[in-house]
Amino acid sequence: MTVYPYVVAAVILLLGVIGIARSRNLVHAVVCLAVAQSATYVLLISIGYQHGGVAPIFSSSSTAPKHMVDPVMQALTLTDIVVSATVTSLLLALTIQIAKQHDTVDPDELRSLRG
Amino acid sequence: MTRSMRMVVLVIGVAFVGTALVWAALYMPGFGGDWHPYRDHAAAAALAHATANVVSSVNFDQRALDTFGEESILLGAVVGVAVLLRPVEGERRRKPKNTGHVLDSTRLLVVLAAPVALILGIDVVAHGAITPGGGFQGGVILATGLHLLYVGGRYSAFDRLRPLGLFSQAESIGVIAFAAIAASGLAAGGAWLANFVQHGTLAQLASSGTVPLLSGAVGLAVTGSMVVLVAHFLEQRLLVWPPRSEESASAKGDEGEERI
Repeated sequence: MTVYPYVVAAVILLLGVIGIARSRNLVHAVVCLAVAQSATYVLLISIGYQHGGVAPIFSSSSTAPKHMVDPVMQALTLTDIVVSATVTSLLLALTIQIAKQHDTVDPDELRSLRG
Repeated sequence: MTRSMRMVVLVIGVAFVGTALVWAALYMPGFGGDWHPYRDHAAAAALAHATANVVSSVNFDQRALDTFGEESILLGAVVGVAVLLRPVEGERRRKPKNTGHVLDSTRLLVVLAAPVALILGIDVVAHGAITPGGGFQGGVILATGLHLLYVGGRYSAFDRLRPLGLFSQAESIGVIAFAAIAASGLAAGGAWLANFVQHGTLAQLASSGTVPLLSGAVGLAVTGSMVVLVAHFLEQRLLVWPPRSEESASAKGDEGEERI
């Protein structure tokens, strides 16, 4: 089953998308977006994994980096997490502002308010 | 678009994208294989600069430019949240009510955990080049350690303990320090973000040149921005929203007054 982790990532992504589309609350939609984005963590870490691999950290220069998991993928995942946190905070701030202006956080009601 | 129509589009879209993703996965390099060309190059480059933690080497040395962009995104988010959460017309701030009850066990746990979290945060930032960690992780731990005080106490006391101006300055100083180190690389090493400091011995605290410096700058910026971000959201709890319109005001008026 060498494709299994990639399928897990795809399933997490689609679950997040389904959650956004079915959402009746903007906070719920923001959390679903975070779920969808976490699929990329699973995907990146899966790509970088190696069976029997060790953490990408040297203890001395004599250690050969033969059985090391991919550090580039871990660095990308770290970037991904930071971007996810900033996007979530911005969207939550937007949600607060929408709740103040329109007195609702239901996306369907928002549309009917705006006509 | 009606809700049922949206569900039809959703089912079609999910089926299509799901099939495409699984199809793509079938042609991916097998999970857990030993073919990692980026790993081999990144590890060699990290060794050349005596950086034990290859992830930190990628983030703060080999691709430090991307980290600079990432830090700018963080700064942009803080500015964006500040703009979005600015006071709207008719909004008032109420005094925090000190009526909540905090369990003694919670207080004890906070008193024990907060200093540990702060020390751990500093440790994770400082040792980013040689052990797992770095500026981003350590910065988040530091900000969390500070907010433990909020969990274990009153908001008003926490508000006094936390000099917000200092943290927004810390954030700017972090970003400016990153840019300054990058520019020093241009002056001393001939390239923006060049690793111009002595590389030292692998796995020593003062090794890997500019990596610990950049990690520290990022740690400062991340701590500052996390604290400022959370402060904006916490402050919202104290705001009394303006009455919406005539109908909603009359419908919710009594309840609204009650809460104030």
